[in-house]
Amino acid sequence: MKDRLIISGFGGQGVMLLGQFLAYAGMLDGKRVSWIPSYGPEMRGGTAYCSVVISDTSIASPVVSRPDTLIVMNSPSLDRFLPAVRRYGIVVANSSMIGHIPKLDRDIHLVSVPAQSIAEELGAPKASNMVMLGCYLGIRGGPSEKAVEAALQKAFVDAVKRPDLIPINRAAIERGRELAQAGNEND
Amino acid sequence: MKKKQVLMKGNEAMAEGAIMAGCRYFFGYPITPQNEVPAHMAAYMPRAGGVFIQAESELAAINMVYGAAGAGARVMTSSSSPGISLKQEGISYLVGAELPCVIANIMRGGPGLGGIQPSQSDYFQAVKGGGHGDYRLIVLAPDSVQEMADLTMLAFDLADVYRNPVMILGDGNLGQMMEPVSFCKFRKRKLPPKDWATTGTAGRPRNIVKSLYLIPEQLEAHNRKLYRKFQTMKRREVRFEEDIPEGCELLLTAFGTTARICRDVVDKLRQRGHKVGLLRPITLFPFPEERIKEVSSRVKAVMTVEMNMGQMVDDVRLAVEGRCPVHFCGRTGGMVPSVEEIVHEAGKILRGMKE
Amino acid sequence: MRVFERPKVLKDKVFHYCPGCTHGIVHRLVAEIIEEMDIRERTVGVCPVGCAVLAYDYLDIDMQEASHGRAPAVATGIKRVLPDKVVFTYQGDGDLAAIGMTETVHTAARGEPLTVIFINNAIYGMTNGQMAPTTLLGQRTQTTPYGRNAAKEGYPIKVCEMLATLDGPSYIARVSVGSYKSILNARKVLREAFRRQIEENAYALVEVLSTCPTNWGMKPRDAMDWIENEMQETFPVGIFKE
Repeated sequence: MKDRLIISGFGGQGVMLLGQFLAYAGMLDGKRVSWIPSYGPEMRGGTAYCSVVISDTSIASPVVSRPDTLIVMNSPSLDRFLPAVRRYGIVVANSSMIGHIPKLDRDIHLVSVPAQSIAEELGAPKASNMVMLGCYLGIRGGPSEKAVEAALQKAFVDAVKRPDLIPINRAAIERGRELAQAGNEND
Repeated sequence: MKKKQVLMKGNEAMAEGAIMAGCRYFFGYPITPQNEVPAHMAAYMPRAGGVFIQAESELAAINMVYGAAGAGARVMTSSSSPGISLKQEGISYLVGAELPCVIANIMRGGPGLGGIQPSQSDYFQAVKGGGHGDYRLIVLAPDSVQEMADLTMLAFDLADVYRNPVMILGDGNLGQMMEPVSFCKFRKRKLPPKDWATTGTAGRPRNIVKSLYLIPEQLEAHNRKLYRKFQTMKRREVRFEEDIPEGCELLLTAFGTTARICRDVVDKLRQRGHKVGLLRPITLFPFPEERIKEVSSRVKAVMTVEMNMGQMVDDVRLAVEGRCPVHFCGRTGGMVPSVEEIVHEAGKILRGMKE
Repeated sequence: MRVFERPKVLKDKVFHYCPGCTHGIVHRLVAEIIEEMDIRERTVGVCPVGCAVLAYDYLDIDMQEASHGRAPAVATGIKRVLPDKVVFTYQGDGDLAAIGMTETVHTAARGEPLTVIFINNAIYGMTNGQMAPTTLLGQRTQTTPYGRNAAKEGYPIKVCEMLATLDGPSYIARVSVGSYKSILNARKVLREAFRRQIEENAYALVEVLSTCPTNWGMKPRDAMDWIENEMQETFPVGIFKE
């Protein structure tokens, strides 16, 4: 198993955290992982993205130019990275922030999730990244639930000392997972 | 048993490695993309009983390093390309006064203010001296977050062994990247006491830390002494990693981030039936010239891949000495070459061999 | 009976300084103070590029040579490693107030526990007499052959007055070595600057108005008088922070 991801969105949508979350959970599952952020002024307001690799075997290049998985939180990200997605790759798109999703004539599996609306329904508008994460977990079937739970602890307890945020983020992940699985059944 | 792994940025792993290696003094000035290093030092150095100072400039930082090194401490500074240019005078003085220290350059694109994205365009500056005068640094080129930690630990010992600054030459990509890293307990080598340090004259004749020799005969003797150290480094400290198959046709050479990318290139070309190898220098000075010389006599061509317009390739050519063609493939200005474009370039060379 | 003799900290070596240069006087004062305070074995001096770069030839203590302007940074590095030692810098006006002004200001602002000895002779001595940041208005130098003109070259920098505005320093003073009386005062003030570091762990700077007869084109005696009469008009002697 080897998944090369690009995760992209506006600065502030939590794409860096989402990438680190996945890398950390992957590491706990015993996988080889790497995470590279885009850095610099674009972090503030513009498009921010990170590259993540999760693999059973050692990672040669941690730089992802052709992703297997693209997680996009806004329109500019989709426009920028869609052409690079590999054949039989998957795209998870935040339809709350992407008005028009083009028809794909290549062999790419597209899952569109209104992540922002779902997060707001849950009363956690900042948790749209966790809805996207749940969706990824639903499609790829990993990292494990145990690792995801440990990553939640690290992200909200160790890092920011806000254990109260865990239940709502866990719920956001679950909603994303359900939607992805429902989508898969419809295929 | 598997060692405990932590997910860390390269910059953080380097800072942590330094502290574990006994570095207790860090002087730095902010510059992207190495800001995690001073941030980590500011947070953790006081807990280790050490000192962190945000200096007023790169010049001040490297000269604080000089003072602390001259007082016998394990000391470090880090910066990125433009900041390293500013430190060059100080680095020249450090070599001249034979002071050990570790300097990290997390390279970004140049020249001038350039950009902030990763680059390898300070290769010449790092391995050929950089500042004024006839000198060399030991230059270590990590290619993973784990090596950012491990080579930094090694750097402190090498600096003390040779009484010479050691440079960690990383790039923005390695500094910003997160990978799992495990820290093993640092075992310091047996090293001679720093009886040359300026610690007060109690119980001994006074010590002078200096690089001024106004009498040319004395300065020449000093230069010859330094040269002998550089020759010893060449004999003892060459480090590289290679994966060269039997009957290798094309040898890739690359360091740091580009070497990681080249491993995927090698896999891809082998899947297509080509015999391709990779040699990754870990020490850029001393350069693995003997090994490249040996290998070049049994391959059909060499291609060097760098994030610059062609710098290490000059040293590869010097080692190959015309035994086979040496090609270059590079991106620069903060662009990172993709596996696909390197495969494309290599493909052209491999097709040329068949014709 | 006390016999006037060479302090042991001052090596038995002929100074390379020009006739009438007051570096010798200040070196001797520093050596006397180190001896008197019994700190020779725990003192580290820093001498940067300038006429006094060879001070280690005369002072029998541990010393580090610094690049031009960076003595306060080098001294900071030493002092942070060896907080129990006594660390001083000995800098000229070009070194301290031109190329090294950044380090001067920031080391003072940090209140780094150091003793800074600032030799102000209003000219670059080692390079044969160019304008210094402290060159007086109207003063002729190699690079102000018609006299320093405020409209073109700006005004002399008053280091003590400037640094006294900072919260970091504990003691800022200006002295002269242009007369016997002034030298006695300079000795007292320099000693206080060392005491501040040793007893109060504090930053102290002493500016010493000094001669450069060679580059001023004056006889030694006239140079001494010039400090007392001309230089002190721009650079008044006194304690600026205490």
